[in-house]
Amino acid sequence: MTIARTVDDACAALAERPDALLLAGGTDLMVGVNRGQVRFDDVVVLDRVDELRGWRREGDELVLGAGLTYAEMVRGEIPTLVPALAQAARTVGSPQIRNAGTLGGNVATSSPAGDTLPVLTALDATIDLRSSQDTRQLPISRFVTGVKQNALEPGELIEAVRVPVLDGPQEFLKVGTRNAMVISVVSLALVVDRSGRNVRVGLGTVSPVPLRAVEAEAHVGGCIDWDTGSVPDTADVDRFAALVAGAARPIDDHRGTAAYRSHAVGVLARRALLRAFPGSAP
Amino acid sequence: MSTDPYVLRVNGGDHQVPDAYLGESLLWVLRERLGLPGSKNACEEGECGSCSVQVDGELVCSCLVLAAAAVGREITTIEGIAPGGGLADVQRAFVEAGAVQCGFCTPGLLMAVDTLLDDLPDDGSDPDDLTVREAISGNLCRCTGYGRILEAVSIAADIRRGGRT
Repeated sequence: MTIARTVDDACAALAERPDALLLAGGTDLMVGVNRGQVRFDDVVVLDRVDELRGWRREGDELVLGAGLTYAEMVRGEIPTLVPALAQAARTVGSPQIRNAGTLGGNVATSSPAGDTLPVLTALDATIDLRSSQDTRQLPISRFVTGVKQNALEPGELIEAVRVPVLDGPQEFLKVGTRNAMVISVVSLALVVDRSGRNVRVGLGTVSPVPLRAVEAEAHVGGCIDWDTGSVPDTADVDRFAALVAGAARPIDDHRGTAAYRSHAVGVLARRALLRAFPGSAP
Repeated sequence: MSTDPYVLRVNGGDHQVPDAYLGESLLWVLRERLGLPGSKNACEEGECGSCSVQVDGELVCSCLVLAAAAVGREITTIEGIAPGGGLADVQRAFVEAGAVQCGFCTPGLLMAVDTLLDDLPDDGSDPDDLTVREAISGNLCRCTGYGRILEAVSIAADIRRGGRT
């Protein structure tokens, strides 16, 4: 095993031993290990790589280190700069899980229920990938390719996630059985870009990969009174919620039925829109 | 395949871990190899909090920590929160409030409350109810209904700040 101290260390170890598992916070991987579902004899540990910790601002963009923990996402300036990400991070697990779990781990696990994924999808996030040979960038929409599947190549790791700093309100909403320790039944992120005059919606847990509700976005974008920050016509709010519900491609599973998920995601869409545009007709 | 021997620093002392399987969790190593059974094993998936420990001062589920990756970290378990063999403030508070029934969740809760009290507001005020509830939201208790646990947190906060002895 390798306890990496630098990204170069980690990439060199992976180049030499491409079958080694990558371990960040361990909150997903160790569950499989404890159950005997994941067995391994080699691992590259990432949680002591300082370059992967923390975040920086580059112009209108935040570069979030893959090792940023959920606890770190709810502290400092991130709740102001990317409110939906902080809101999503706060809904993850418990303090214990938020102290360990990381943004890069959430992206790499690529679970349909990954709480940051709808936010990153709404924000059109870019994933910075690195190997000993190369660096490349992929939009989140091309990175996540299926249920717990992604475009990460052998020898590659996630170095950072880039998100824009937008001017406008953001909401993250999630349905579960209680406030803590919930794997989402449905989740939704809504971000407003006042300067671009658009609204973007990312949906989680309603399809194999996180989705954008593009028709709903296009519809509501034309209905907003940007001067008052409202959607004046109730019918447009209804239409938006219906289009979001229609975009969902959910399945029945042990956490909820497809029918419930389609219904719930419409409810979340309406709630998020009315919070983002509080002057709207309800 | 077993790992090379490694050393874990637990409760201020160094402990050799020879011949472990690489996939062993910190919880497993604490309980089965180091003779520290205070951290409890229930869900092994981070749901219940009964295995909570502090690693470099941060509360984590030891079942989700790869033991071999915790080399060089300062690990504090329930066995280490009361140096000198007496009771720690949080333990006294739980006894006083009667916040224990079967006791299985208690070590994890004590670690969570101890961590909360390490970060008490500087102005001397009590942590508010939401803060306390969020701080223990990862620790399941199926006996008490949490009422006396919340009471114990308030007593412990008082002791920690020197408001009472």
